[in-house]
Parts: sequence; structure tokens; C-alpha cells
Amino acid sequence: MREVGIVGIGHTKFGRSKTGYIEMACAAALEALDDAGVKPLAGHGIDQVLLATMGASMINHQSSVASALVDTLNLRPAMAETVENGPASGASAIKMGYSLIASGMADTVLVIGAEMMRVVSGWEGTDFVATMLHPEAEYDLGLTLPALAGMFTRLVMDSYGVTERDLALVAVKNHQNALANPVAHIRLVPDLHAISEDEDKDAVNPYVAEPLRLYDVCPVSDGAAAVLLCALDVAERFPKKPIRIAGIGQATDTHTIAEREVPTDLYAVREAARQAYRMSGLCPDDIDVAELHDAFLILEIVESEEVGFFKRGEGHLAVREGKTSLGGQIPINTSGGLKAKGHPLGATGVSQTVEIVKQLRGEAQGRQVTDAQRGLLVNFGGFGNNVVALILEKEA
Amino acid sequence: MAIDKTEQMLRPQESPLAPYEAKYITLANGQKLVVHQLKREQAPLAMEAVKPLMTVEADFYDIVASRVYAELLGWYRYRVKDEYLLAGTIDGVIVGLVNGRTIDDKVGLSYHTITLRQGLRIGAQLFAAKMEYHFDVLGQEEVWIVAESPNGFKRWMIEYELEPRPEQWHELGGVPTYVLTRALWEKHRQAKCTGRRPVPQELLETASQLILPESYAQIPGYQRSV
Repeated sequence: MREVGIVGIGHTKFGRSKTGYIEMACAAALEALDDAGVKPLAGHGIDQVLLATMGASMINHQSSVASALVDTLNLRPAMAETVENGPASGASAIKMGYSLIASGMADTVLVIGAEMMRVVSGWEGTDFVATMLHPEAEYDLGLTLPALAGMFTRLVMDSYGVTERDLALVAVKNHQNALANPVAHIRLVPDLHAISEDEDKDAVNPYVAEPLRLYDVCPVSDGAAAVLLCALDVAERFPKKPIRIAGIGQATDTHTIAEREVPTDLYAVREAARQAYRMSGLCPDDIDVAELHDAFLILEIVESEEVGFFKRGEGHLAVREGKTSLGGQIPINTSGGLKAKGHPLGATGVSQTVEIVKQLRGEAQGRQVTDAQRGLLVNFGGFGNNVVALILEKEA
Repeated sequence: MAIDKTEQMLRPQESPLAPYEAKYITLANGQKLVVHQLKREQAPLAMEAVKPLMTVEADFYDIVASRVYAELLGWYRYRVKDEYLLAGTIDGVIVGLVNGRTIDDKVGLSYHTITLRQGLRIGAQLFAAKMEYHFDVLGQEEVWIVAESPNGFKRWMIEYELEPRPEQWHELGGVPTYVLTRALWEKHRQAKCTGRRPVPQELLETASQLILPESYAQIPGYQRSV
């Protein structure tokens, strides 16, 4: 099997896009191509384009978008497919791109993740995301992702002693990191006391789905990110040293949370990470920086345990001790995470990858982890029923 | 003197409105938002604060800012009856405004809520303060409300579960009228309305400076000329 690396990255500013869907996706793609020194002209050398999106068909009323992107980017006759795997679409697309290259079917694959969600109202967006849930056992009963996350958070709090203040600590950390990330959606750092203890907290940080408050959930964002993958045996075509994809794991879990033996466990996260560690020959202690899928802040805490950084039930203690902050034992979500950088569903896994590449290249500026050599990302689909984990490594 | 007499005819008969005691709220970023009532002679300054937003189409800022401007001008020039204006300030800078008026002792009319600095739920706090003024200070029984933007509809009609009353004519016209009744206010007050009184003297003095915003996130590149 051929080895695969990343030689180009691109990322739009997350938030509210002022352009159309195709234009936004192309902006990220062109930046990645430019980063890799590729001119979208004849002889461009791009074999395949994969577009990760969850909602282009449903929200933007656009289908077969990967084909449209290839044409708009002037990358014909590259192969093109759209990948839909809920919020894990981005890392799924990277996994597929990896497979295409590793198998020898392609030398280069451009993976673009793009989502434009702010064209619909908040409740339409929430309803759209809820279509991931079980149609009869969950969706028809009115469940939404924030509602499920609220119940999950309550269970974790009751089981392990996580407090609302612990969640607020994660929020402050991630928002602080986002301040140093020019593409982050939210550039505002909440005050720990104001959002967790002050007598005005219920009005300025209201409950969204008790015990989750406004600052415990990610914003609704538009945005796109792109990475150019290539076989390491052709990497000399590109000016920048590749960042190697050292490990990939993916696992699924029950569709309905109610069917899980231990509802506070994120089995698919644990299994996906285990596979990625096995493939890379690495272990949690080898990881220098991580991007964990914190659509709801409780997920960052539980995922940090499931991927092996901390013992079960101790993730929140690590947050209290600053172990997940910049300069800590394992900095998590240096980009600001989904919480503050934003969460344009299909773009998220690609965006997480871009952040890890930046960290390993030493390009993360004000949020740089010193001498980062290896990074892990977890891209979480459904409510943990389909999870992709990637490990990236700086080439020696 | 004929002009004076005509002017006298044109001016509405004003009813005395009880004052709104200033309060302060700690926002999510730790800054203190002071909510306080402005006087008629301060209206031109408030108008200047919203003026740059009169051409911003996004989120219907253009229509809201233009209407606020007109409402405040009407109040300043004595062409609106029983209007009031509350301002939200941070470190003396005007960050949001809410206004309205009373129809009679029992019924209030909400005009507009405009947030100049976004992202801190300032509009939500100011709208709650406006309702606090109608119900808890003026002792009214209901407030008629309309929304011109999806954000407003979500914040007021949905979050306060307002009672639709399309047959009731709101003087802003057009869109259907919704009503916040006293019962609905009692239901939502605790979750929506916050703040502390009295405002410390130093904070109040800073708030009274009424500084115009230097820039607006809604208008990239805008810098108020000195």
C-alpha cells in the first residue's frame, strides 16, 4: 500500500458566507491548490476531487456538486464524487481519498469540505441536523441534537461529577484559542465567572437544552476547507514537505442512543482511535496536539477520555488542571474547536485536518504547540454512531 | 405668535411617564452593560448612533435603523406622544437602543430594538428591559409588538411565546401584531430579565457620557470621522 501525505491546505473564514455555495467551496480549494503550488490549468495533475457535504442537497438545493466544482475549478477531467456521512463527512472523504491513493487508483486527491447553513433559519437548521436521528425512535418524538446532548451531559455529570463550570472552562479555553485563529467564526472570549457563576448568567448564557447553555454549544456556521492529498512517492512534485497520514480509524455504533449498553460511553470514538493508533503504531502519549469534535462541550471531555488521553471520568479534571490548554500536557482544539471556530458540518473534518497540518508545519502562529510532531483528530457523526479518527505525523 | 399657537396645536398632549431606574448587567465577556433612560434632548445623539446602519441590508438593519431614526426624530421634534428611549452602554459607548410608547395606561407599544454591538445578547437584555419598563414600572397589562427581521421574530415571538393578534393594528403597520400579556411576562421574566440596582455612581457617570461607536461590525471598514 502506498503512503499518503497532505501537501496543500485551504480554509475560508467560518461564519456567514457572503458568496454562493460553489464559490465558497472553490475559495478553499484554490487556496489549497495554491499552497501546493498547483495551477488549475491543463496538466494540473489532480486525479480526483471529493466533496464532503451533509446539506448541499437539502439546504442549498444543489446536487452533484463535486462535478460542478471540478468544472468551476478547471480541473477536468478529474474524477469527482460527493461524500455524505453526516458531520463526519469531512474525515470520511479524507479516508476515501487516502484509499484511492493507497490502492494506486490515484496519485493526487483534492478533498473539499463545504457547508452553507446560515441560509436557513436556526430552527430549520436544527431540524435538518436532526434528520440524522432515528426516524421513529428519536426524530418523530421531537428529539434534536441539542436535546440529546443535554441528556447525555446530564448523565455524564451524574456519573462522573462534571459540573457546568467544567464546561465553561472548556468554552473559555476554546474561545481563547480562536482569538489567534483568523478563520474562526467567533472572536470573543467569555468570562468564566460571567457565564458560570454570575447572577446574570441565566440571561447572558441561557440554557439551550438544560444543563447545556449557550456557551456550551457550537454556533451554526458557513465555511469550507480543503486539503490536497498525494502519494508520498510523488510528493517531490510539490514545494512543501508532506504531512503524512499515519493512521486512520472509523467505527460505528447504534443509531439510537437508548440501545447503547452504557449511554455515556462513546464506543465509536474509542474504537476509531484504537484503529488509528494501531495503524500508526503510536499511542496516546505520542500525540502532541488534538482536534476533538466539540459540537457540544461535553463531547470534548468524554472524547479526551475515549481516545486515551485521560482515564474514564477524569477528562474534566484535566481541564481544571489546564492539561488541555496551550502549553498543557495535550493541547486540545487549538483552532478554537467547533465551539468557537465554527461547525459547518461537512467542512468540519477537513477543517480539523487543516489545523493539525498547520500545527505540524509550525504555521499556527499565536496558537502554535511547541515542536508538535504528531496530531490526532476525531470527527464525530450522528450522536457518535459514525466516527472517523485520523493521526497525522510530521515527516522526519 | 400665530406660529407658536400652530405649533402648540401640532404637539401631542404628553402623559407623565414614570422614570426607568438604571440597572447594570454583567455580559458573557464580563463587561458591564448599563441600561438607562435617555431624555428627549439626548435623542439626536442616539440618532447619530444608528445613522450609519441605515444602509446596511443584512438582518434588516436598514429598515430598523431608519425607523428608529424617524421615531427618535419624531419624539425630539414633539410629533410622537408618550415615547421613551432606553440605551445600553458599555464603558460609556452606546451599544444598543430600545424605544416604544404608551397607548394608554394599560397598553404599551413596542417600537424597536437595535443592537449596535453584536454577539453578546445585548438586544435580548434591552428588549427585556423595555418590557420591564412597561409591566413593572408603568404597570401596564400588555405590550403590542411586531418584528421586521427573522432575528426579532425568533427572539420575541418565539422565545416569549407571544400571543398572535393579527386583527390588532400596530402603528408600525404591515406585519401582524403579537402581544406580550402580563401573564406571559410573569412566565418569562425570571429567565429573560436580569440586572442589578442601584448602579454604582462611577459606572453611572461613565454610562452618561454617551459615546458614539467608533466602528460597527455590520459595516466593515467603517470608522467614525472625528
